[in-house]
Amino acid sequence: MAETSPAAPAAPRPGDRARAGGGGRRSLGWTAALPLLLFVGLAFGVPALALLAGAFTSEGAPSTANLTRSLQGAYLTALIGSVKLSALVAVVGAVLGTFLAQAVVTSPLRRLRDGVLTASGVLANFGGVPLAFAWIATLGNSGVLTTRLGLDAYGWSLYSFWGLALVYLYFSVPLMVLVVVPALDGLRPQWREAAQNNGATTWQFWRHVGIPVLTPALLGGVVLLFGGAFAAYATAAAMVGTVVPLVTLQIADALTGNVLIGYENVALALSFDMVVVAGLVMAIHLPLQRRSARWLR
Amino acid sequence: MNGAQVEFRGLRRAFGTTVALDGLDLTVAPGELIALLGPSGCGKTTALRCVAGFETPDAGAVLVGGEDITRVPANRRDAGMVFQSYSLFPNLNARDNVAFGMRVRKVPAAKRHARAAELLELVGLPSQGGRYPHQLSGGQQQRVALARALALEPSVLLLDEPLSALDAKVRVTLREEIRRLQLSLGITTIFVTHDQEEALSVADHVAVLKDGRLEQVGTPAEVYDRPATPFVAEFVGTMNHLPGRLDGDQVEVIGQRLPVHGEVPAGPDVDVLVRPETVLVTAAHDGDAEVVTASFRGASVRLRLRLADGTEVLADLPGHDATRLGPGGRAFLRLVRRPVLVAPRATAPAKVPAAGV
Repeated sequence: MAETSPAAPAAPRPGDRARAGGGGRRSLGWTAALPLLLFVGLAFGVPALALLAGAFTSEGAPSTANLTRSLQGAYLTALIGSVKLSALVAVVGAVLGTFLAQAVVTSPLRRLRDGVLTASGVLANFGGVPLAFAWIATLGNSGVLTTRLGLDAYGWSLYSFWGLALVYLYFSVPLMVLVVVPALDGLRPQWREAAQNNGATTWQFWRHVGIPVLTPALLGGVVLLFGGAFAAYATAAAMVGTVVPLVTLQIADALTGNVLIGYENVALALSFDMVVVAGLVMAIHLPLQRRSARWLR
Repeated sequence: MNGAQVEFRGLRRAFGTTVALDGLDLTVAPGELIALLGPSGCGKTTALRCVAGFETPDAGAVLVGGEDITRVPANRRDAGMVFQSYSLFPNLNARDNVAFGMRVRKVPAAKRHARAAELLELVGLPSQGGRYPHQLSGGQQQRVALARALALEPSVLLLDEPLSALDAKVRVTLREEIRRLQLSLGITTIFVTHDQEEALSVADHVAVLKDGRLEQVGTPAEVYDRPATPFVAEFVGTMNHLPGRLDGDQVEVIGQRLPVHGEVPAGPDVDVLVRPETVLVTAAHDGDAEVVTASFRGASVRLRLRLADGTEVLADLPGHDATRLGPGGRAFLRLVRRPVLVAPRATAPAKVPAAGV
């Protein structure tokens, strides 16, 4: 679900070519990256092109009809639902994950820290149908806790927007812990002491130093959580079916002809919408990131 | 800025089973620079952190200007501190680092910027205000940290090994500048260091600590010339341990009788502590000492000599006096006649410290 992307190959530094070649001789160093490039081309490039071509083809001719349809009615509701859910999970997950990470980092118990980090590593990768089943068995309509505690009397339902948000948080919070712990470790105790020595309260330290220093890592975490929740499919499919409108569920329905047949290209248009949303998130994220990290350059 | 008197009264602090401060009593006069000197783990940093408010003593009190501040929170104390290294806020440029304390006190921006510029000028960085810490060298970072510590015009300046992460040349320049600044501002300054040369060269008084207790406090010259205990003698400067024999209040050492000062151990066999510069060396073909090594140090030469009985002695003499004393040369040794410290004889055969120390 929330898989980590493989690290991008290191960008060549300006001096590399000069060192390798001396004159105009071309370096052949990039050939080592050939298998990776080939893989990326096959696994990412080809599907992306196919997606683009399909999204803009209707009844054999170039058209924007699919795109138009993907932004109307139930499809639009699903897209907005996905964005809302992902944004909520990203923000709440980032806040909870950061507080949990800070609690663990500042704890004198080394074992607690190790335990939480190991658990986070496992839980951040817990997803799909097994995750849905675990929740259904625990807090579903006839789940163990639901019946024991009589939660249905309070109007509890796991199969709702909020239920889904809870389940998504289950893997998003640990993911945030993993992202933010190294950043918190990087906050030097001298900074806090120097701030105190200059008369700052704890809150003033966090406001003027702690949070600004952490911001690049926090923003990165929010984007990662957003992406993870936005792209999640199997958990939602197993849990809520079509009760909660989500774009990934709509894509699956359109592709498999679950409701209507001949909507495969609308599915591709919906996928294209998702790419655009992800692009928009990055368009907001990058300038913020650059601004918050300007003291690093 | 006016300095305040700082007083440590019976300060105790233990971390688990490790006792960092074991009843430290020390008074720092207003406006003076005192160096807390000692090996690592002697409690000097803990003492300093008790003044800053980062440590709470288990017993005893810290008084600044006659006022007990032991329980005052760190952010309400009137002491500026410079840390060992990397203490500048990385997200703020030099100017904003210096102005940080004024910012949390809500001083208007124009006023605090003017004051920050003034302080950066004071520490010799008038044009670096816009730079971020990672764009500054180690020495520049410590200058900014010094300016930040002085920004709120504290009555005490605390320096926690501020030079130890810098290279040798910067270290010497910066310590002289700290001293110059301290003298011109008249601020009471506590300078923690493990470097005896640093302590001796800048401080009005040097306090030598060992195992959380004060071994000796005195002017640099007193501590160097009249160490109160063998530990101080050993820690400050280089010492020869020469075998000697007590006889009343005198001691016999390499054929000379010298008066003893300080505590006298029980047994007649003792180690006599002698500084290399009080060993007089005269080149002579029939001398009873042989030069083992000679290390040239510019103004002086340090000789390692071996006596007939195998005892090794370090001697410092002016460079030009040592031209005829290369390895293998022979010489007579004599000790300057002045009171010496004696210590119980070490069980191991008498050894001299490494020549480089």
